[in-house]
Amino acid sequence: MVTPLTPVITEHWDRPNLYTLDGYRAVGGYQGLDKALGSDPDDIITTVKDAGLRGRGGAGFPTGLKWSFVPQGDGKPHYLVVNADESEPGACKDIPIMMANPHALIEGVIITSFAIRANHAFIYIRGEVPNAVRKVEFAVKQAREAGLIGKNIKGSGFDLDVVVHSGAGAYICGEETALLDSLEGYRGQPRLKPPFPAVAGLYSSPTVINNVETIANIPYIVDRGVEWFRGFGTEKSPGFKVFAVSGHVKRPGIYEAPLGITMRELLDYAGGMRDGSSVKFWLPGGSSVPMLTDEHLDLPLTYEAMAEAGTMLGTGTPMVFDQTVSVVKAVTRWLEFYKHESCGKCTPCREGTYWITGVLEKFEHGQGQQAEMETLTDLCGQIAGRSFCALGDAAATPYPAAMKYFREEFEASTHTSADEQFDPIASYVFAAAGVR
Amino acid sequence: MPISDQARAQMREIAARYPSARSALLPMLHLAQSEEDAITTDGINTCAEVLGITPAEVTAVATFYTMYKRERVGKHHIGVCINTMCGLLGGDAVWDAVVDATGASHNTTTPDGEFFLERIECQAACTHAPVMTVDWEFMDDVTPASAVEILDRLRRGEQVQATRGPVIRDFEATERTLAFPDDGLADAPSVDDKMLAGLKIAREHPIEGENA
Repeated sequence: MVTPLTPVITEHWDRPNLYTLDGYRAVGGYQGLDKALGSDPDDIITTVKDAGLRGRGGAGFPTGLKWSFVPQGDGKPHYLVVNADESEPGACKDIPIMMANPHALIEGVIITSFAIRANHAFIYIRGEVPNAVRKVEFAVKQAREAGLIGKNIKGSGFDLDVVVHSGAGAYICGEETALLDSLEGYRGQPRLKPPFPAVAGLYSSPTVINNVETIANIPYIVDRGVEWFRGFGTEKSPGFKVFAVSGHVKRPGIYEAPLGITMRELLDYAGGMRDGSSVKFWLPGGSSVPMLTDEHLDLPLTYEAMAEAGTMLGTGTPMVFDQTVSVVKAVTRWLEFYKHESCGKCTPCREGTYWITGVLEKFEHGQGQQAEMETLTDLCGQIAGRSFCALGDAAATPYPAAMKYFREEFEASTHTSADEQFDPIASYVFAAAGVR
Repeated sequence: MPISDQARAQMREIAARYPSARSALLPMLHLAQSEEDAITTDGINTCAEVLGITPAEVTAVATFYTMYKRERVGKHHIGVCINTMCGLLGGDAVWDAVVDATGASHNTTTPDGEFFLERIECQAACTHAPVMTVDWEFMDDVTPASAVEILDRLRRGEQVQATRGPVIRDFEATERTLAFPDDGLADAPSVDDKMLAGLKIAREHPIEGENA
């Protein structure tokens, strides 16, 4: 049976005024908030736990469990911080959510803050996307004017202030503790954990940090219930996902579907590969997860199935590349990214990304040496697990994954450049079909 | 142009949004950049003064984040995504075309001050590759020819509409939006066919059963 598409967060995106309070309310918006404010905060945490919602930012940590780590009755202020710093190469679903349906995020922010007893929430949006910043700010402003944010929200006695915060161009700030440092007005560099943010986060107070899509799920779960939510997806990966399919497919775009849909099904929805093209490699969710090939197209896109296949669901934004792409070039480009974005705090990551990139660039130019394939393996091994945060691990991921499936391309790159092996023009989306 | 008294007062306004004033530093630096088209010594000193921290502390932050520029940017910031998806799907050719058309290179401004070029990292729009940005507003699905045409129109002072965003203003206006996001442009078109791709199919094939 073909897995159907199930638009929930994306259901009304074709309504031109969905971004306004009236537009969102017209499709049932803020009903979840009404239910939430009438219940015990602990019950909301339990609901989200029972729903089994897992973080949509990449790690897939159970959201309700994360919330329950916040100590209650501790006398300290609590904070909710939304991670809207979507910068992972390949990830392009939070920005669309914020531009199309910002009130789903805001409603989620209010409910979540109520549940964890936070009176202050921050939405940290990457500065490079001003159009998301202004949309979210507008939604906050409208919600404030309607009394959904502010003092004594709807007579509940609950106070909440929401601040929309612009970043300034640093991928590392998507790492939750670097984000906190950045939000405190410092360089965005990760902190050592523990203590975890749930205990000592923003201003050393208990803090929940959740991804945009995670929070945008909350109103729907609270409004429609655990059973409804678990009607989608699998036991370990319940719910639906805003998949963003990019690359050499006929119709790249946003496809919201239950977790457990296969890549082949998503590919079909996306119109299949462009003419004369076939899948060479694909990544389920960002450049930080190991690549897969066409032999993996029938695996369900769940946290557990992707882990079993040696990769991760990550951000759930599959990038699909066809036979025109040099895997050596693709991997080199990703490493150039990690090198640029390494914050410099940890030596293995700061120096390692520099050295890996240098050696990979030799391969890209056809000047790699046989022995340097082992050098690269060693370098990746020296970084993985040896840095404060996952950026180092991520940087150590693309090369070993590529070697697993495409060793011969690295072999060929000891004498022939990537551009000679693969005409770059053939991979352009605007290339004539005859070129490939 | 030095930081105006008005901007100084606005920095205090930004600082008042946060439980701890220093949290305002990033948006304050955006405001400083919107005033002077770069992060200048004056901008750094003003931020330091408003927050009661040292200029060295502000400098340490300003030099960490890619969006803050120490050299004047000029009228428009032009970004071309050269990360793997955009670059390999044509962004590399777009970059070459933009360089040829302007004579500028990475992180430099054209002599007439019109364009600052930057090879940018992933812009969270891979479904719309190759992506260019003008003053950080989306120019989705560009080709070398369409990118150069956008630059030509900007140079002629014509109105240029972002694909998902407002009519292009200039770099300083965007930097101001990042400090004060309530800029009156929230009605800018922001949803396109690619964002509706799955919804369209679902509408054509409604499902039956408990999830419907």
